[in-house]
Amino acid sequence: MTTVENMISKYREPLENSPLDLVVDWKDKHPGKKVVGCYPVYTPVELIHAAGMLPVGVIGAGNRLEIAHADSRFQSFICSIVKSTLELGLTDRLKFLDGIVFHSICDPARNLGSVFTRNFPELLVEYIHFPQNMTSPHTIDYLIAEYERLNVSYERLAGNKITDEGLNRSIALYNTQRRLLRELYAIRKAAPQNLSTLECYVLTRIGTLLPPEEHISILEEAIPELRKRNAKPKDRVRVVLEGSFCEQPPIELLEGLEAAGCYILDDDFLIGWRWFSEDISTSGDPLRNIANAYLNQSVYSGVKHDTREPKSKHLIDKYKETGASAVLILAAKFCEPALFDYALYKRALEKEGIPHLCLEFEEKMWIFDKARTEVETFVESMLFD
Amino acid sequence: MAQTAEALKTSYQGQMHLLQKDMMGRYFERVTRAAEKGEGKAVYMLISGNPVELIQAFDLIPVYPEIDALQLAVKKSALPFIQKAEELGYSMDNCAYVKADVGLFLGDRKTPFATIPLPALILCNYVGCNVYLQWFEHLAEYCDGHLYNLDIPFLREASGEPSPEDITYVVRQLEEVIEICERLTGKKLDYARLKDIVRRSSETGEMWSRIKGLTKNMPSPFDAYFDSVTMMAPLYCLRGTEEGVRFFETALAEMEEKVRMGTGPLPKERFRFIIEGPPPWPYLRTFRDLFSKWGAVAVASTYSTVGGLWEFGFRHDADHPLESIARHMLQWNVTNRNFLQRYQQLRRYVEEWHADALVIHSVKSCRLFSAGQGDMREYFTKELNVPTLLIESDIEDPRYFSEAQLKNRIDAFFESLEHKKILRSGSDTGGAA
Ligand code: SF4
Ligand code: SF4
Repeated sequence: MTTVENMISKYREPLENSPLDLVVDWKDKHPGKKVVGCYPVYTPVELIHAAGMLPVGVIGAGNRLEIAHADSRFQSFICSIVKSTLELGLTDRLKFLDGIVFHSICDPARNLGSVFTRNFPELLVEYIHFPQNMTSPHTIDYLIAEYERLNVSYERLAGNKITDEGLNRSIALYNTQRRLLRELYAIRKAAPQNLSTLECYVLTRIGTLLPPEEHISILEEAIPELRKRNAKPKDRVRVVLEGSFCEQPPIELLEGLEAAGCYILDDDFLIGWRWFSEDISTSGDPLRNIANAYLNQSVYSGVKHDTREPKSKHLIDKYKETGASAVLILAAKFCEPALFDYALYKRALEKEGIPHLCLEFEEKMWIFDKARTEVETFVESMLFD
Repeated sequence: MAQTAEALKTSYQGQMHLLQKDMMGRYFERVTRAAEKGEGKAVYMLISGNPVELIQAFDLIPVYPEIDALQLAVKKSALPFIQKAEELGYSMDNCAYVKADVGLFLGDRKTPFATIPLPALILCNYVGCNVYLQWFEHLAEYCDGHLYNLDIPFLREASGEPSPEDITYVVRQLEEVIEICERLTGKKLDYARLKDIVRRSSETGEMWSRIKGLTKNMPSPFDAYFDSVTMMAPLYCLRGTEEGVRFFETALAEMEEKVRMGTGPLPKERFRFIIEGPPPWPYLRTFRDLFSKWGAVAVASTYSTVGGLWEFGFRHDADHPLESIARHMLQWNVTNRNFLQRYQQLRRYVEEWHADALVIHSVKSCRLFSAGQGDMREYFTKELNVPTLLIESDIEDPRYFSEAQLKNRIDAFFESLEHKKILRSGSDTGGAA
C-alpha cells in the first residue's frame, strides 16, 4: 500500500469512531505533557505549542456517540457539535485535557464555554474574543493584548515561560504544516481525480490530533506520491463547497457527495487549521505577527465579519479561480452563522448566474440517502441541461 | 388556587403609560419624517449596551431595527415579513428578529407605527450578540450602506471585568465613530453638550435603578417583566434627553406612590418570580395572563437589562463621557456578560428581591439568551434549590407559541409551588401538614 492508502486505512476508523483516542494514546506515551483542546474555528495554536503543550482539535464527537446528558443542557434548536462536545465532557471523555479554548464564533459556542467552566472546574477554560472591527488601526493592539493575556494563562498551565524564540519556532512549524495543507488542497483543485475529498479530509483532520512534526512528515511523504497519481477524470460536476467551517459532516457524507457525481475542488472543512493564505512572518515581534496575520492574511469565514469585502465576493472569486461550475453550500443544521451567510451567498450567486445547491447536515446524521439524492438530481440537471 | 384570568386581568393605565405613548409617538413621527421628508439622518444601532449618547450629541436619529421588529410582533404583523425573508433564503432556524426586519427593509419600510428611513450610518454595536454582526452586514449589503463594526470585547476574564486594553480599544473606536458622525453632519462634536447628555443618562440610570429597587417591596408596585417593557423604549430611544429624564421622574414618582399605597399590578400578589429571557412579543398579553391568574408577579428580569444594567450601581460619568460609554457597553448590560455572570445576576435577584421561583423563558430565536439554559436550570434547582420552570416559545415568530402547552407547564409549576407554600406555612405555624 502507498503512504496515502496506508494513512487512510489507519486513520479513517478512529476518526469516525472516536478521534480523540489518538490524543489519549499520545498522552499515555508522553507522561507529563499537557494538552489543550481547541474548539473550532481558529485558535492561535502557536501560543499553546510554544508553552510546551500540544494543541488539539476538539471538533465534536461525530455520529457514534449517543447524546444522553447534554441535550438536557442545550435545547433542541442548538447545533449538534455544541451538544456532542458537552457530552464528551459529561461522560468523562475529556479527562485527558488540561485546558480547552472557545472563541467568539457564535452565541451557542460562547455559552458552551461558560457551561464548561461551571461543570469542569479542573479544566482551564479560555475564551478568545476575536476582533470584528477589521478596519480600525487600533484593533491590532487589542488583539496583541488578548494574546498576551492568553500567554500568561498558558505559561501558568504549562509551568513554562513562552519566549519570542519559542514562539517563532512554533510559528515556523505551523507555517510548514499549513503550507503543506495548501499544497494538498492545490493538488485536489488541479486534478480532483487524483485526490478524493475523503483522502484530503483524513489527511487534514489528523493534523488536528497529532503533534505537528508527525503530521508534517506524513504530508511530506504523501504529497510527492499524490503528485505522481495520474487518474483519468470522470464526468462529474466540479464544485466548491462552503459552510462547514465549524461542525464537521460525517466522512460517509463526504464520500456520498462525490459518489453522487461531484468533484469538490475546494471546501472550508477544518478551515481554522488552514487559516492563513500565506506564511506568518517569523521576524520581529511574534505576537504582533500572529495578530497581524489574523487581521490581514486570514481566509474569509462565516465567523469573521470583515467589512472591507463581502464574503460573497470571496466565494465567487474562489468559484472562478478554481474553475468550478457550481457551488455547494453544506451548512450545519441550526448553525446561525452558516445559515445567515447562505442568504447573502444565494443572492450573490443568483446575480452572477452561478448554479448552487444548499444542503443541511448534522454531524450526528446516519442516513445519507436524502442528501445523496439531492446531489444526484442537481448533478443531473447540471450535466444534461 | 388559580383564579379566572378575567378577575385578575391587569388594567393599570397610569400617567407613565400615557407619557410613554405620547413620547414614543413623537419619536416615531420623527423617524417617519426622516423617511418621508428627508428631515434628519438615521443611524441604525442595536439595543444591547447602545451608545445612544453619541448619536444624540449629533442630533442624529437613533433607529433600532430591534424595536421595529418588536413593534411588528406586538402588532401581530411580523409573520409576512418573516416569510418573505425565508423565501429569500433565510432559514427557519435563523433569528426571527432579523428576518422580520429584513422583510420590512426590503419592502417599502412602512409599518403601522412608522415608516423606517434608510440609514445614513449602520453602526453595529457588537455587544454580546453575534447575530448582530450578520444582521447589519446584510442590511449594509442590501442598501450599499456605510457599515461600522463597533467591536466590544466580551467579558471573558474570571474577574468579570473588562481589561484596561478592552476599554482603550472601545474608546478609540468611539472616537472613530465621532469622526464618522462629524463627516456625516458636517459638525464638530460639541463636547460640552456630550457631557450634558451623559449627565442626563446618569440621572436616568439613577432613577431607573431606583425604580427597579422598588420591586423589592411586597407587594411589588409593578411587574418587572411585563411593565418594565413600557420603560425600556424611552430608556433606549430617549436616554440623555430632557424628555427622557422627565419620563423617568414621572415613572419613579408614580411607582413610589404605588409603594406607599401598597398596590401592585395584581389585586393580590401571591407569588414572586424572577424571569430570564426575552418575552414572546406576539402573545405578550396571553403570556402575562398565564401568570396573572396565579397571582404571580415578576419582581426582576434579565431582559430589562439588555440595554443596560443599572441596578447594581453603574452610572454614566459626565467627567469621563467616552470611558463611561465604553464601560456601559463592555460591562454594564446583560448581553456582554458571560453566561455564568448571568447566573449570578439571577441569583442576586432571587435572594435580594425575595423571589419564590425562577422562570426561564427559552426563546428559539435568541440563542444569546437561550443556548445552555438547561444548564442554568440545573444550577438553580440542584445547587441552589430554587424552584425553576423552563418553558419554550419565541420572541418574534408567532409559529412557535403553543398556548396550551405553556399553560399546562405553568399551571403544574404554580400548583406545586402553592402546595409547597401550604406545607411550609403549615410547618411555620407549627401545625401538622
Ligand atoms: S456549528 Fe455553527 S452554531 Fe454551532 S457552534 Fe459552530 S458556528 Fe456555532
Ligand atoms: S439573537 Fe437575540 S439579541 Fe441577537 S438579534 Fe436575535 S433576538 Fe436580538
